[in-house]
Formats: sequence, structure tokens, C-alpha cells
Amino acid sequence: MSERVRFFQTGSFAVGNRLLPLDARTVQSDPSRSNSLTSGHRACRGCGEALGARYVLDAAMRATGGRLVTVNATGCLEVFSTPYPETSWRVPWLHSLFGNAPAVASGVATALKARGRTDIRVLGQGGDGGTVDIGFGCLSGMFERGDDVLFVCYDNQGYMNTGVQRSGATPPAARTSTTQAVGPEPGNVFGQGKSAPLIAMAHEIPYVATATIADLHDLESKVERAMGFHGARYLHVLVPCPLGWGGDAAQTVRIARLAVESGLFPVFEAERGEVTAVSPIRHRVPVEEYLRPQARFRHLFEPERRADVIDRLQAGADRNIERFGLLRAEERFGPPLGEGS
Amino acid sequence: MKAPFAITLRVGSSLANKTGAWRTERPVYVDRLPPCNDACPAGENVQRWLYHAESGEYETAWRELMRDNPFPAVMGRVCYHPCQTACNRGKLDEEVGINAVERFLGDEAIRRGWTVSVTAPPTGKRVLVVGAGPSGLAAAYHLRLLGHEVTVRDAAPRAGGMMRYGIPAYRLARDVLDAEVDRIAAMGVTIELSSPVPDAAAALRDFDAVFLAVGAQLSRRTEIPAGDSARILDALGVLRDVSEGEPPLLGRRVVVYGGGNTAMDVARTARRLGATDAVVVYRRTRERMPAQPFEVAEAEQEGVRMRWLSTIAAADGGTVTVERMRLDETGFPRPTGEYEELAADSVVLAIGQDVDRSVVATLPRVSVADGVVQVGADMMTGQPGVFAGGDMVPSPRTVTAAVGHGKQAARYIDGWLRGEPYAPPPRHPLATFERLNTWYYSDAPATVRPTLDAARRVSTFAEVVGGLDEGSALFEARRCMSCGNCFECDNCFGVCPDNAVVKLGPGERYAIDLDFCKGCGICVTECPCGAIDLVPEET
Ligand SMILES: Cc1cc2nc3c(=O)[nH]c(=O)nc-3n(C[C@H](O)[C@H](O)[C@H](O)COP(=O)(O)OP(=O)(O)OC[C@H]3O[C@@H](n4cnc5c(N)ncnc54)[C@H](O)[C@@H]3O)c2cc1C
Ligand SMILES: Cc1ncc(C[n+]2csc(CCOP(=O)(O)OP(=O)(O)O)c2C)c(N)n1
Ligand code: SF4
Ligand code: SF4
Ligand code: SF4
Ligand SMILES: [Mg+2]
Repeated sequence: MSERVRFFQTGSFAVGNRLLPLDARTVQSDPSRSNSLTSGHRACRGCGEALGARYVLDAAMRATGGRLVTVNATGCLEVFSTPYPETSWRVPWLHSLFGNAPAVASGVATALKARGRTDIRVLGQGGDGGTVDIGFGCLSGMFERGDDVLFVCYDNQGYMNTGVQRSGATPPAARTSTTQAVGPEPGNVFGQGKSAPLIAMAHEIPYVATATIADLHDLESKVERAMGFHGARYLHVLVPCPLGWGGDAAQTVRIARLAVESGLFPVFEAERGEVTAVSPIRHRVPVEEYLRPQARFRHLFEPERRADVIDRLQAGADRNIERFGLLRAEERFGPPLGEGS
Repeated sequence: MKAPFAITLRVGSSLANKTGAWRTERPVYVDRLPPCNDACPAGENVQRWLYHAESGEYETAWRELMRDNPFPAVMGRVCYHPCQTACNRGKLDEEVGINAVERFLGDEAIRRGWTVSVTAPPTGKRVLVVGAGPSGLAAAYHLRLLGHEVTVRDAAPRAGGMMRYGIPAYRLARDVLDAEVDRIAAMGVTIELSSPVPDAAAALRDFDAVFLAVGAQLSRRTEIPAGDSARILDALGVLRDVSEGEPPLLGRRVVVYGGGNTAMDVARTARRLGATDAVVVYRRTRERMPAQPFEVAEAEQEGVRMRWLSTIAAADGGTVTVERMRLDETGFPRPTGEYEELAADSVVLAIGQDVDRSVVATLPRVSVADGVVQVGADMMTGQPGVFAGGDMVPSPRTVTAAVGHGKQAARYIDGWLRGEPYAPPPRHPLATFERLNTWYYSDAPATVRPTLDAARRVSTFAEVVGGLDEGSALFEARRCMSCGNCFECDNCFGVCPDNAVVKLGPGERYAIDLDFCKGCGICVTECPCGAIDLVPEET
């Protein structure tokens, strides 16, 4: 959890603040940040994944003093950043296949260790398809062996690069090209899919966390914290996709925020299988507020409002709130740092 | 060139790919008019001085404030702060305590002896200001800053107008008023006291321009059938005598007639002078009282009683007869024929003030309507070279409006004297609440100013409302959301997925790199204060 600063009008939440001491500002507020994923990439307008990747890698670059190697699974992030002969990466970067990124990252970490270069750290990254589905065996192996890798999943809840197919991270009721909005239960089915962070926790690895691009302070502090551990670590970042979700490009960050504020996406961190902190919901909203701006849920509102489906989604959010204590976070874990005094 | 080990293809940077070509809309940085600034009758740039106060740069903040208003410490005590009523933060939790911060800055300036120097070259023009109330003094201050030679003449023995002879000391300590008036005098403004100006026409012969600010100093009278022994006084007279240290004898039971702020002030003053029973008699209801609600509340805390829907029918030694009223369908009070007697040692009339227009009697081109002198948008009367402002012209009759008139008049007088008519700068469109992204502002309830114990208040003319200490003032300033004006939070710089925002450095704000901006609009949505617009690209 990031340290919350009190009494500055936006000190706790905005990217920077002219009144904060430099070391309390975010990496992103620094004009000399690495810009690990630089301009000219071909991600869609308002891409949450491009933003999330830069947030994560710039923070990792700062945390490691620039001694970082990255391994990327196939997916949008790989495709939009490296159409030959151009690359947007300003970090050492490797790509092999869709399903083997965790294994390649393990290999890089092992090789570095063999060469005595444990000062160089490894970060694997991929989309939810590459992480939650096809790369899952490699990921579980990486966790089990405890390889010194931080694996980051940029979760845009579908196989976006190949045309928005359903993944194990696609939420129920969402329309994708393989879960059309037809029939009595339109969109993705309820009761399938999985929570990769909870499965990662079940491996009892040193560190697991979730985050979104809507709370930069929180995201950066989690990357930094993850880099403070050795062994296998997992970070799952929600990154809305304007194309696949059918949202206005300008609303990408806002939609991520609504996912958190509605309770649909719980933000927490865990060590060795135990939840150690959750980000409390600041201003709770009904799930409807999150669903409405996204065309992938339009069939819940047109031609008529599907109260039955919306209620089921709300029940899911309520369950998260209850399960993770998203409204009672302060009681369970004490006030956020810096607000106690 | 030989490629490194295992590298077979040399790659270039994506910086060669100018994604700006994708754009159909572009973000543009704007400045919008914050509602506080918009509402301030003195035209203060509230958001801007709060911005400096937030950084703890109190002197810079004070100087920013002083550009528009030479009375921060007075304002921080007596202004009815319409800025706060308009403040966007009121829609989020509670309005920013602008007035309390203003008082802190004003007091800090007095404590530290900050002064203002005149840097404009002398123009050689001489301006006479008639009346040393807030309007006249504000005009003198601004005219002096613009390089003119200014003489202020006032009939009273001390400067300040109603700030000295009307507003009681328990709301405005006199050493504070003195300090702010003296600071204006120290700028080289000549203030001639006990010098009534009977005739503006005569004065115009000795000066290049005249600003009239004689206020509304005549107490309105009403016909009350009264016996010889009835003691009937007018509110302004009572307040003036108290200010001069010669409090009148009001007795133990005082009836105040009227429902405005003056009525509240005189009733509260009566309590302080020893009246055990101070009753305000007003012919309408509480809701229809012109007095500010906080003043009614403070009066009640001090034991002042209110008799709504009542008029005084007659007064005699020791009693007044009041008649009950009822409101008709149109809300107008109508007599009921029901009478009641109240014990009263004195009756104080506080039923309004009129303007003494004798000063313009010899200027036939000056027009008067509804009892007040008429002026154009340039604050000039029908007589060229004679300007007027404050309570004597159409006005909400507040210190702040008077100060605003003084500033406006000074600018128009300056333009008139230079032969280059002053054109006010265009106003930015309003920074509405809907444009803000309030998620980014930390939750922060307002700070409360300390107040004097009600029990102690009735025995002293010490100020009822105290100031904020530095910590609280800083906190309060930092509650400002900087509506419509970039406060360099770095959000746009951070949230752009394309690194297309360039940070120009402290105080320099940001620029969009149009080579790479795809026009997604995230920066626009995520700007907390609504300082970025998304506009269509020309095709
Ligand atoms: C009891 C009371 C309480 C008030 N409380 C508040 C408050 O809390 N907040 C607020 O904003 N407003 C308040 N007001 C209103 C406010 O005081 C006036 O609106 C304001 O003072 C008007 O300023 P002015 O400069 O136009 O006139 P004034 O303040 O009336 O000053 C006019 C000056 O002109 C002088 N003068 C008059 N004729 C001549 C002449 N012929 N030659 C030379 N000099 C002359 C007078 O001596 C006086 O000094 C209050 C008013 C009263 C009466
Ligand atoms: C073995 C294999 N199967 C299928 C593909 C085609 N493919 C490339 S990217 C992709 C989807 C990627 O989805 P995800 O990992 O969620 O990343 P996103 O594009 O959504 O960021 C697929 C199916 C492939 N490259 N390799
Ligand atoms: S929040 Fe600040 S800028 Fe906005 S209206 Fe209030 S005082 Fe003015
Ligand atoms: S966030 Fe970046 S790409 Fe999007 S409109 Fe703003 S500057 Fe342009
Ligand atoms: S986002 Fe922040 S830095 Fe950018 S324009 Fe708005 S206030 Fe200024
Ligand atoms: Mg995906």
C-alpha cells in the first residue's frame, strides 16, 4: 500500500504535487522517468495496457536502478510495441512465444544467476490470455520453483490482439467475439473463469498483488515492494481496453476506477498466501455505473434493462466487498500510513 | 556496423512513427474563471492567492490579493464572502474557508509590516476622493498605484467611513482598521480629515477628476406617535457614539426597530452596553429578514430576542406599543389590529440609510434615481470627470462591493485621465463543478474558526470571531481545488499512454507533443481541475 499524504489537495491521489517532497512523488511525475515504453507505439488511442506497462516498468526501473531485463508474451503489448524495424522499448526486452513467457523469464533469471549477476532483475509480462490461460502452466511452475521473477499480468479481460475473444479473465455477461450477446443469457457465462491472483496466492509465493491504472501511487508502491522480495512474485493489473470493452478512449482510467469503486475488482496485496492489505473503496458506486459506459455490456441496458443480470453482477461485487473487507479496510488493517498521526 | 552478440537485425526507435497523425481531436490547456473569483465583488483572484498560500508563500499570496483589495484584514472580518457561497468545494464537502485565510493573510501582513510601494511614474494628474470609507480609500489606493496624486477628504475626524463608525469593534478591531488605512496613507495618499466637501462642482476646478464616495449615512426616520418622555434614537448615531468612546444611555430595556444587519449590530451593542433586555422588532418573518443569517444567530447566542411580524405603533416613556402583523398572499405584512405593550427604556431605529446628495446638487448633469446617484458602466456620473461608487450608487451596500467600485472607478478614471478609455479584459468562461474530476482531491472537511464564548461576549467589545493559526490556514488554503486553473499536479503528464505531454518545469506548466498525441482525451478527463479542453482537429 502506498503511503497516503494528508492535507494536500491532491497529494494522495494525483500523479504529482508541487508541494510534496521529491521522494514522496510518483516516478511518473519525474520528467527524467525512463519512459520504458516510449512514444510512437501503435496501441489504440487511450490504451490502458500501454499506460499500465509504462507505469510498471518505469517503477521497476527506478526500483532496480535500471538493472532490469524484461520478457514479454505475445499479445497487444508485444505487437504494438515492436513492428520491425521499430521498437518502443527502452529496456532490455525479449519475446519468444504466447504461452512460454514465464518459462523464458525463469530461464533468464537462472542464466543471470549462473553468471553471478543477481543484481540484474527479471520482469516477465503478458496479457491475461498469455498469463491466465495459455501460459498458466509455465507460470505455476515458475511460482512453484520460486524463480526470481516478477510476473506482471496486464488484464484487459480478453484476447484483444486477435479480435477480442473470451479469456479466463473475461467477466460474466461481457460480450466478446466468442461470447456474443445473444440468447437468454447473453455474453460470457456466469460461473466460469478464474482469479489468477488467488491461485498465485495458493502457491504461497512471497508476494502477490492486484492494482489498476486508476491509482498510480498504489501501483508504483506495489512494484517497488515486489522488487524488494526475491523469488517468484505476481502482480495483476487491470488495464481497460477501449476497443475490446467499447469504452470512450478518454474514459480508460475512469473505467478502471469504477471497477474498483464498485467492488468488481478488489485491490489488495498478499504475502505468502495471506492478504496483508486492501485498498478501501473511497466512494462506492453501484456496478451499473461501471457497466453503462462499456459497449460490451450494452445488452444489459438495451433494448431493455436486464435487472436480473445486473443484480447477479452486483452480487459478485458485494461478495468481493464482503470477502476482502473493501469497506472496512481501515478497521482490519489500520489507517493507511501517514494518516495515523 | 557489427551487431552485438545474437542480434541479427538492427532496430530503430518507434519515435520515427508520428502517431499524432491519428488525431481527430486535440487537448488544449485553458484557464477558466473559478466561481470564487467570479463571485468576489472586489474582483479578487481568489484561486490565485490561495495557490500561493498553499505553498506557504504568504507574502506572495498577500501581494496577489492586494492587487485587487487593499483591506485583506478588514475583509477577512466583515466580508459576507459570496466567494464561499459560490465555491465548488461546497458541492463536494464544504466550501473552502476563503474568508478565514484572507484574514490570516491580512493579519500576517500587519504583524510583519508588509507595505506596498508605488512604482508607476508620476502622471502629474490630481484626483480628489470625497469620502474616506472603503470605496474612497480603495479608489485612492489604486489611483496612487497608477501614479496619480490623490487627496482624500472626509467630513469625519477619522478615516474608515462605516468601517469605523458603523461596524462595531467586536466584529472589526480598530487597530486592524487603523493599520490598513495607515498603509494606504503611507503610500503617499493625502488624507484630510474633518474636511467636508460640500460641493463637487467647486472641487472639480482644483482637480483633474473627482471620485465621490460619500456613502449612505443618513438614518431613515419613521413616524412613530411618541410621548415627550419617549427616548428614540437612530442606529447610526448610537454606533457612531460608541465608536467615538461616548456610548449613549440606552437603559436596561432596549427595543430595536428593523431587520437588517444594522439592527443586529445595534442590538448586540446594546447588550454590551448593559441592556438586560434587547428586543428586535421586525415586521416580517425571519426568512425575510435582510440581515445575514450568521448575524441573527450570533445575536441570539448573545441573548438578543426577536419579535417577528410586529411593528411599533407608539412609544412612550417606559413602554412601546407593538402591533402584530400577518403576511398576505403576496408576502406583504398587513396589520391585524392586535396590540401589545413592551417595556422599553429606549427605542433605536434601524430601518435603513439614505444618501446625502447635496454634494452633487450643483451638478445638474448628474442624475439621481431611487435616492441614489446614477453612474455608467465606467462609474462616471453624468458630469464628465466626476465618478462615484459605494453606497451612494446602486449597490448591494457592502464593504466589499464598495471596495470593488473603488477599484473599477480607479481604472476608468486612469483611462479617462490618459485619454485611453479603460477596457476591462474579457472574462474566461466559468470553471463549473461538472468539469472537475474530484476523485483526486483528498477528503478534507473544513476548519472552523474559534469563537469567543457567548457569556463573555456580552461584556466586551473584543472580537467575537477569532483567526486561524498558521497550520489551520494552510490546511484550509490547501482544500482549494484550483478550479479551472492548472496547479501542476502532473496528472496529464502521468496519464498519457503515449508520453505526449511535456513537463516544462515549475511554474511553466505543460505542453502537448502533437507529434505523438493521438487525441485520446485521457488527460482531459483526468485533469482534476478541468484545465484542459478537447477540441476537434481542423480537417
Ligand atoms: C452598522 C453597519 C454594519 C455593517 N456591516 C457590514 C458588514 O459586516 N459587511 C459589509 O460588507 N458591509 C457592512 N455594512 C455596509 C458597509 O459598511 C457599507 O456598505 C460601506 O461602508 C460603504 O462604503 P462607502 O465607502 O460607500 O461609504 P461609507 O463607508 O459610508 O463612507 C462614506 C464616507 O464619506 C464621508 N462623507 C460623507 N459626506 C461627505 C462630504 N460631503 N464630504 C466629505 N466626506 C463625506 C463620511 O464621513 C464617510 O467617512 C455595514 C453597515 C452598517 C451601517
Ligand atoms: C500459441 C499461439 N496461439 C495463438 C496465438 C495468437 N495470439 C496472439 S496474441 C493473442 C491474444 C493475446 O491475448 P492476451 O494475452 O490477453 O493479450 P492482449 O492482446 O489482450 O493484451 C493470440 C490468441 C499465438 N500467437 N500463439
Ligand atoms: S475550490 Fe478553490 S478555486 Fe474552486 S471555487 Fe473554491 S476557492 Fe475557488
Ligand atoms: S492523453 Fe496523451 S494522447 Fe491522449 S489526448 Fe492527452 S496528450 Fe493526447
Ligand atoms: S492534469 Fe494537473 S498538471 Fe495537467 S493541466 Fe490539469 S492541473 Fe495541470
Ligand atoms: Mg488480454
